[in-house]
Amino acid sequence: MSDNPFSLWVYLSQSPLLWLTVTLLIYAIADAVSIWTHRHPLANPVLHSMWIIGAFLRLTDTSYTTYFGGAQFVHFLLGPATVALVVPLYENRKVVTSAVLPMLVALAAGSITAVVSVVLLAEAVGLPREVVLSLAPKSVTAGVAMGISESLHADPSLTAVAVILTGIFGAITVTPLMNRMGITDFRARGFAVGIAAHGIGTARAFQVDAVAGVFAGIAMSLNALVTSLLVPLAVTFLLR
Amino acid sequence: MIASLSLILLCQLAGEVFVRGLGLPLPGPVIGLILLLLLLLMRDRFAVLARGPLQDNGVESASRGLLDNLSLLFVPAGVGVVQKLDLIVHHGVAFLGVLMISVLITLLVTVATFLLASRLLTRERQSP
Repeated sequence: MSDNPFSLWVYLSQSPLLWLTVTLLIYAIADAVSIWTHRHPLANPVLHSMWIIGAFLRLTDTSYTTYFGGAQFVHFLLGPATVALVVPLYENRKVVTSAVLPMLVALAAGSITAVVSVVLLAEAVGLPREVVLSLAPKSVTAGVAMGISESLHADPSLTAVAVILTGIFGAITVTPLMNRMGITDFRARGFAVGIAAHGIGTARAFQVDAVAGVFAGIAMSLNALVTSLLVPLAVTFLLR
Repeated sequence: MIASLSLILLCQLAGEVFVRGLGLPLPGPVIGLILLLLLLLMRDRFAVLARGPLQDNGVESASRGLLDNLSLLFVPAGVGVVQKLDLIVHHGVAFLGVLMISVLITLLVTVATFLLASRLLTRERQSP
């Protein structure tokens, strides 16, 4: 037994074990609540895990670097999970190959809209130039978006914030929005959320429908490619 | 299970090597995805390849395990955002409003284009 509980805390709070456990445990609870509410959009497990863990870090005065020491094991799996997206793609290859043309058209329209709309809106409300540039790649997955942001000499950490908020917001709104519009084609619904809200939107799509998840995964991957080429172009044309 | 995970990691590794080696502005895992797709398709063609993780749903079930918990993987990055709340507060409501409106517009434009394109194409196919 440690005679000083504080020294035990000091030891644990620096070890990856505690923060990995916290991440998995809070997520397990948030996910259980999400299942219990029949995957209600507002019970999004990413949203609730992140603010609960964030508040816990604030309360215990723990730095993000210390937290990430444990959470990095989870974060690392994003790469393998991207590769794993191929399995639902492979299993639904007939549906996918029959929809190649609509996907390409929607990819072009969607990626352009994602970049142009955010740049024009941000300009219109008078956000500073650096913020506008940081927002431009907000619809692609964080790693790629931060790379784009860096190449524009914008603020990659602000881009990361915009990317996560975009993903969460897209994941929350897509189901009620599509239901209200009466859109029942899960290929189209999935593809739209993959373009607008990258991986967090894709995770949501998989919760709703397997085919939607497949199309979201494809949209997310293709959008990462197109947006890397599109943002520098759009920025030179729109911001002079 | 371990062999299947190794295969997934191997594809990602090959993708990273390919992308970094050629200096391409692409995410390595996306190339890894294409590699694994080619492997799966080749397995269906050539029975010789159906070994280890490429048989009995090996790599398929490992992948499904990862994807079933895809949301979890975004939590560490998400917590980083909570740490940067001051950035959001600093830029104010305009920042959030712009993001939200842009997401809604993007969702609507993409879904409308997809539906329109697929409707036009099926009509073309039906009419001789």
